[in-house]
Amino acid sequence: MSEKYEIRLNIYALTWRLPIIFWQLIFFVGPVLFMVAMSFFLVKNYRMNEAFEFVNWSRMMTRGFFWDSYWYTLGIATLSTFCAMCVAFPAAFALAFRAAESTRRWAIFLLIIPFFTSYLVRTFSWFVILSESGVVNAVLGYVGLGPFKMLNTDFGTLVGYMTLTLPLVVILQTVTMANIDKSLIEAARNLGCSPLRTIWQVIIPLSKTGLIIAAIFCFILSFGDFVAPFYLGGSQEPTLPILILDTTKSGQQWPRAAVVAIMMMVTLFVIAFTGIALAYRKGKGSK
Amino acid sequence: MKQSQTLNFILGIYVVMIFAFVFAPIIFSMVFSFNSQRFPTIPLGEFSTEWYEKVLADPDIWKAARNSLIVSFSTALIATFLGFCTAYSDFRYNFRFKGPYLALILLPPTIPLIIMALAMLAWLSKIGMSGQLYSIIIAHSVLTAPFAMAVIRLRLNQMDPDLESAAWNLGGSEWKTMRYVIVPFCKPAIFSSLFLTAAVSFDEFAVSWFVSGLNSTLPVVVLEIVQGNIDPQVNAIGTFVFLTSMTLVVLAQLFFASRQIKGMQS
Repeated sequence: MSEKYEIRLNIYALTWRLPIIFWQLIFFVGPVLFMVAMSFFLVKNYRMNEAFEFVNWSRMMTRGFFWDSYWYTLGIATLSTFCAMCVAFPAAFALAFRAAESTRRWAIFLLIIPFFTSYLVRTFSWFVILSESGVVNAVLGYVGLGPFKMLNTDFGTLVGYMTLTLPLVVILQTVTMANIDKSLIEAARNLGCSPLRTIWQVIIPLSKTGLIIAAIFCFILSFGDFVAPFYLGGSQEPTLPILILDTTKSGQQWPRAAVVAIMMMVTLFVIAFTGIALAYRKGKGSK
Repeated sequence: MKQSQTLNFILGIYVVMIFAFVFAPIIFSMVFSFNSQRFPTIPLGEFSTEWYEKVLADPDIWKAARNSLIVSFSTALIATFLGFCTAYSDFRYNFRFKGPYLALILLPPTIPLIIMALAMLAWLSKIGMSGQLYSIIIAHSVLTAPFAMAVIRLRLNQMDPDLESAAWNLGGSEWKTMRYVIVPFCKPAIFSSLFLTAAVSFDEFAVSWFVSGLNSTLPVVVLEIVQGNIDPQVNAIGTFVFLTSMTLVVLAQLFFASRQIKGMQS
């Protein structure tokens, strides 16, 4: 489009282009870079001194508790992503292929609602529902089961993660699969492909990009959430976000928290980029 | 055929169960907010407005609600302004480093909030701007500007690029064209974006908690209550927050819908 308009910069163009540059440089790039710098600062007598030392890094990297927490967080976020993708798939499949257009639109609208309700309140609600004498155990009690201990377990954490991620994953999966060319699926069926094989060899490869994007979002959300593991998981094994929280809030050890945060960001970038590379790689099945 | 109907039925039940899971905490929270028990369970206790009375009688909560409204209103204005500028720049111009330029506005939502919270807290303390109400506004504007940009950019997509040149040919300056052609065209998206960013800001708690200092917003108060003990006041506040956010979202949706209709007419 630019060749149609004059290219030289004028005040008009700059008026629209510059605000976001200034704003994000000061309030987005600034904070992130400062956090990186801060990971080399020293804390003495509860006060932070600017320095360039590797003390924080060597402290955190050599501590068992950091790596325990790191692998635990990685593991449970992966498990959460796996669960969300599997649990969401049949529902998204039904909405994409079996439901009427209007039903699908309503379903997606309903699934957007949770994003605008307080995640904290929903977590608190689960806390009450899942507790020893809560609704779930009361219902199970009528049929002679339980009570089960659900709070302060990994199950509780996963319920919290699902609350956060499931609506998004269902939406993304549904939209992706609804966009598949239906004639390709019919062709597979006409050629004698069984329903399950159609899913594996036609639908999933065709919606690969969208599915991977959904998984990445799910992983990012689970990996970075401190509410579910804290309130529903009882932070028995603290996840990295809880580690950041504790280190920042109670110990005044901001530089060490920064180390944890940077490790998290690096991990997320590696996973996101690997995922995106996989998503857009031309497989032999796709055109 | 019979088999496929059974399958459809099972899939239907499955979808309903997923929705039940997603909405269970929201619905239970509303039910519990009118329930007399401190530890709500089945069978439910008596109907009671005790928790609402408690909440309404608490001056701290009123103050937090006022803070929340100020923050989400200001955030909406700043984020929508930034989003509009960026969306228009992206729509109209091609320039070098456009990729990094767009990344600058689109990246923040991909970074976990707890990390943004730490980074914001450290940086704003460093430049002497932490612990104030405006600290939250600044942080929220960074977080919500991408949503504003997306909404307005989608609207600009529906505009005929020749519309702008036509206005210039008819003798309008760039500024006048902006004022009389582009802004009116984007108006529904601008309102949509205002409500959407306000709703997101109204619910955000992690960054607010870190940078707010003593100026708590409602979600931060909820966080502090939840940390202490089980207190059904949270359900009452939650129901209020839910209604506020939903009003904002429905308003955004209405403007979005009117935009679609107008888009079809043109």
